[in-house]
Amino acid sequence: MASSRIITSVVAAIVIAGSAVAFAVTWRPAIAAIEPLAPQSFDAALVKRGRELAATGNCSDCHTVRGGKAFAGGLPVPTPFGAVYSSNITPDPETGIGRWPEAAFRRAMRDGVDRDGRHLYPTFPYDHFTNVTDDDDRALYAYLMTRQPVHAPGRKNELSFPLDQRVVIAGWKLLFLRRGTYQPDSSKSAEWNRGAYLVEGLAHCGACHTPRNALGAERASAQFAGGDVDNWHAYAINGQSPSPVPWDAEALFAYLRDGWHPDHGVARGPMAQVVSNLSSIPDSDIRAIAAYMAGVFGAPAPDRKRQGEGVLAQAKSPAPPADGSNAAGAAIYAAACATCHETGRAPPYGGINLGLSTAFSSPDPRNAANIVLSGVRPVEGERSPIMPGFSTSMTDEQIAALLNYLRARFSNQPAWTGLEKTIADARTTQTVFLQTSPGPHNAPADPAQRDKP
Amino acid sequence: MMTLQVNGRAHQVDADPDTPLLYVLRDDLELNAAKFGCGLGQCGSCTVIVDGNAVLSCVTPLLLVEGKQVTTLEGLGTVDSPSPIQRAFIEEQAAQCGYCIAGMMMRAQALLRKNSSPTDEQIRAELEPHLCRCGTHMRILRAVQRAARLMQTADASTGQRSAQ
Repeated sequence: MASSRIITSVVAAIVIAGSAVAFAVTWRPAIAAIEPLAPQSFDAALVKRGRELAATGNCSDCHTVRGGKAFAGGLPVPTPFGAVYSSNITPDPETGIGRWPEAAFRRAMRDGVDRDGRHLYPTFPYDHFTNVTDDDDRALYAYLMTRQPVHAPGRKNELSFPLDQRVVIAGWKLLFLRRGTYQPDSSKSAEWNRGAYLVEGLAHCGACHTPRNALGAERASAQFAGGDVDNWHAYAINGQSPSPVPWDAEALFAYLRDGWHPDHGVARGPMAQVVSNLSSIPDSDIRAIAAYMAGVFGAPAPDRKRQGEGVLAQAKSPAPPADGSNAAGAAIYAAACATCHETGRAPPYGGINLGLSTAFSSPDPRNAANIVLSGVRPVEGERSPIMPGFSTSMTDEQIAALLNYLRARFSNQPAWTGLEKTIADARTTQTVFLQTSPGPHNAPADPAQRDKP
Repeated sequence: MMTLQVNGRAHQVDADPDTPLLYVLRDDLELNAAKFGCGLGQCGSCTVIVDGNAVLSCVTPLLLVEGKQVTTLEGLGTVDSPSPIQRAFIEEQAAQCGYCIAGMMMRAQALLRKNSSPTDEQIRAELEPHLCRCGTHMRILRAVQRAARLMQTADASTGQRSAQ
């Protein structure tokens, strides 16, 4: 009797203690709502800085439906677990963040918790945003709170049990949310530190460029080793980079500034949107990002450097004759591609020699398939690259023949496998993308965003 | 020798499979509606319809159209009997120099076959690959809308006739 009572009390104590711990881990208090703030109550200089920061964070990309109202949310963000819909971050009092005090905004950025105390899914990359300073959060808050309020109720996420239970996120955070992962390194330059702060924090480059584990968290041991986003492959941007010509700080700066580089090609897919947003941030921040990332890429080994020089030299000299084993691919290349890609004319008006393109030396053929299907749309009012899409003029089989030819001719890598399925999948997803894209606003260097408060 | 189906007729063509379709249309078949503009697929003036889709013929090698139905502007109507899209462009006087217009009409035709009453926004998005240096864009927009109405009327009257 006595022993069973002891067991009961011990079990009860464990349950109570466990619940207390679970409660402490999962429960977050609501932060009291405020009356909506007048836009005039924010300092204009702070708002302007917030605009640049929001551009650095690429916020509009997830929080705006293609062709929809800015920051009104509702975009389905595909994850391996189901679609998570982005939230309305306009200052609408009912459906946006109009009643959020700055403290609630800061907590969302740092801890991934909304004003009501609900855990937010890590599709919102607070594992990076936790590194953003209070000052920058204040500027971002000022910028968002002075946008046009849009009444747009949130959409229900498409997640199955138990992932639809937000308490699960608390466990995820215990495992993967590391606050203060960015620490300044006094042995490095101020520029390098600025770049590190932006890349690891607000710019959240790793969210796409770092592979994720089974629980959807970035694999710290494989940082920047290449990841997935929206049926595009985000290339490795560390020592494993597959780019034929090694990247350096100068090339990174030019690429991030203009959206293209003559030795590397054009930012497209989700990266086009990133570069479009970056067009409104100062040169100094782009230089800082380039300086830090050049360190992440690392100085190329002598043989890699030599290979890059070889590719560059070959791109300038007459092309080698094709071996004739893939006549269909060669014929398509000659008429559909070579007219731009073999003229020697530099981008943006000419296409780069495809020997320089990472798309064909990458282990993942999706980017090559996507770009052949959809092309590159020009940007209104900018001298920007342009390429027609070939989705209506080529069958999957013909595109496969073309990609096989390009892979064999322009890279020294083994042939891709399963190309036709990749192309069929790309066709499906690109159709969705093309139907929802507003065009110019998704492409590099959006001039409409420049110099605006 | 390759067989090309153009405007409902089979043509025997002596050309390499990597020859751009545009060259064969203009030089061998003497169908000159499709224009050589940039030769890079960037201006849209060479647009023709292949199996219902608007295609840039200057960057389309012959082997891609083997066994497919190619339609050029000549296949839509004649001076005496213009098609709705041609009538609409004439009635709206949408051409100035006219160089881009054949391509514009072909893409608009492909659009209207898929979407019989497009919005102005949809027409603008669809015709984005086409450049017009004269600046008749607003007239082109009106012409496509007019063509949509003409086609609907034509379809409706045909429908009535067949229903009777």
